[in-house]
Amino acid sequence: MGNKVALEGNEAVAEAMRQINPDVVAAYPITPSTEVVQNFAQYVADGEVDTNFVAVESEHSAMSACLAAAVAGGRVMNATSANGLALMWEILYIVSSLRQPVILTVVNRALSGNINIHCDHSDTMGARDTGWVQLYAEDVQEAYDNLIQSVRIGENLDVRLPVMSCLDGFLLSHSYELLEVEDDAAVQEWVGPYIPDKPLLDISDPKTVGPLDLYDFYFEHKRSQMAAYPPAKQAIIAEGKSFGEAFGREYGLLDGYQLDDADLAIVALGSTCGTIRDIVEQQRAAGVKAGMLKIRAFRPFPAEEVAAALGGCKAIAVLDRAASFGAHAGPLYHEVTSALYTYRKQIPTNNYIYGLGGRMILPEELTSVYDDLQQVAADGQPAEPVSFLGLRE
Amino acid sequence: MSHYPPNAKWQEMARAGIIPQAGNAQEYSVAGWRNERPVRDDECCINCLFCWVYCPDNAAPVKEQSVKGLGFDLVHCKGCGICAAVCPKDCIAMKAETEFKD
Repeated sequence: MGNKVALEGNEAVAEAMRQINPDVVAAYPITPSTEVVQNFAQYVADGEVDTNFVAVESEHSAMSACLAAAVAGGRVMNATSANGLALMWEILYIVSSLRQPVILTVVNRALSGNINIHCDHSDTMGARDTGWVQLYAEDVQEAYDNLIQSVRIGENLDVRLPVMSCLDGFLLSHSYELLEVEDDAAVQEWVGPYIPDKPLLDISDPKTVGPLDLYDFYFEHKRSQMAAYPPAKQAIIAEGKSFGEAFGREYGLLDGYQLDDADLAIVALGSTCGTIRDIVEQQRAAGVKAGMLKIRAFRPFPAEEVAAALGGCKAIAVLDRAASFGAHAGPLYHEVTSALYTYRKQIPTNNYIYGLGGRMILPEELTSVYDDLQQVAADGQPAEPVSFLGLRE
Repeated sequence: MSHYPPNAKWQEMARAGIIPQAGNAQEYSVAGWRNERPVRDDECCINCLFCWVYCPDNAAPVKEQSVKGLGFDLVHCKGCGICAAVCPKDCIAMKAETEFKD
């Protein structure tokens, strides 16, 4: 049985890392993820883990060291935010191309400029094409649970991909919430030992990793990498179910709330989903058939499942906590409407950009979204291509 | 990437493009990168071995302290021209690849 404790999101993540006891952590601190690495470094100093902790001089070096340790044959973890993630960019692609299941906690923070340390999703949305699996947590419990599941999702032999376990900066990382922390032995048994795939340190089996790869085979290798994402989707479902059997909290690609008979749905990522649940309750009490779709797995994007989950709605609002500059709407909107179009669901869909740089999202703003959706459903077409919540205009 | 058949399909690729052998750069021909080919005049050559020392691709072979008569390793020579530039007797000419039939 687990213990009910109150922890900040960062503390919960560091606790999960302590329980997983990875071989190598190479990290560089950045707000708001600093505490993850700071607390974990304390565990290393106190001898509570066997991890080789590498203090590096930048995030580019951090991810490079993680890649090298993973290729050598280790279970590797790391944590960062925003500009730190940006500095890792080049190596992010190489980690996924080399199919190394490195686990990276990303505490979501606005990517400059101007400089801002608070939550939005511009950092990980920018990294959506890097080949990493991305899970977004709604609360501290899920941040803890997602990190543990990330290990088995990434290490699944049909998958072998790196995973970003994302949680909202400050809103979750620095908020105390009650959660179940499972027993060390139970977590370790569920996670299991690491079985590296063709490790470089196996000198009885010499090999070459990451060589020059030009027009003769690069395309085939990239196509082969693309084939790893459908199994990753299956692994997220399977591991979420297995986790539920072991610890009583089951997870999937998506989480629909009051969605089955909903006419009006809001689609969102992360901690905002918790607020939306309350608004859905209020709307239902007022007789509105309101629902919510939480996207837990943004990469691989569960397009078919999203279209199926939203297929019965009359109007949809997609909430983006990031701008995609120069695009006609936010990044989540593009994914959701593309899924609807691909699977022949013609449903009017509004886009709202909110919460940039930590701007608070208020319950009355979410209520106004459902009010808008009543009109959209009546009109049969979306109002504005993009609207803004909480913006002075 | 010589361990695949030339027309291998994507389904046949090794995960992550790993090559199941070490130290195989030698097997990769860069002859196609070359625009100009070094040609040494062995009559003029004084065997100073500068071409052997300076070649960045180890493509100026030497045997028993002599480069004479050995030409260049045209599988690994990229045609950079460093050998011609450092030759103290100007014995190495860089000739257009179009002049050669092979």
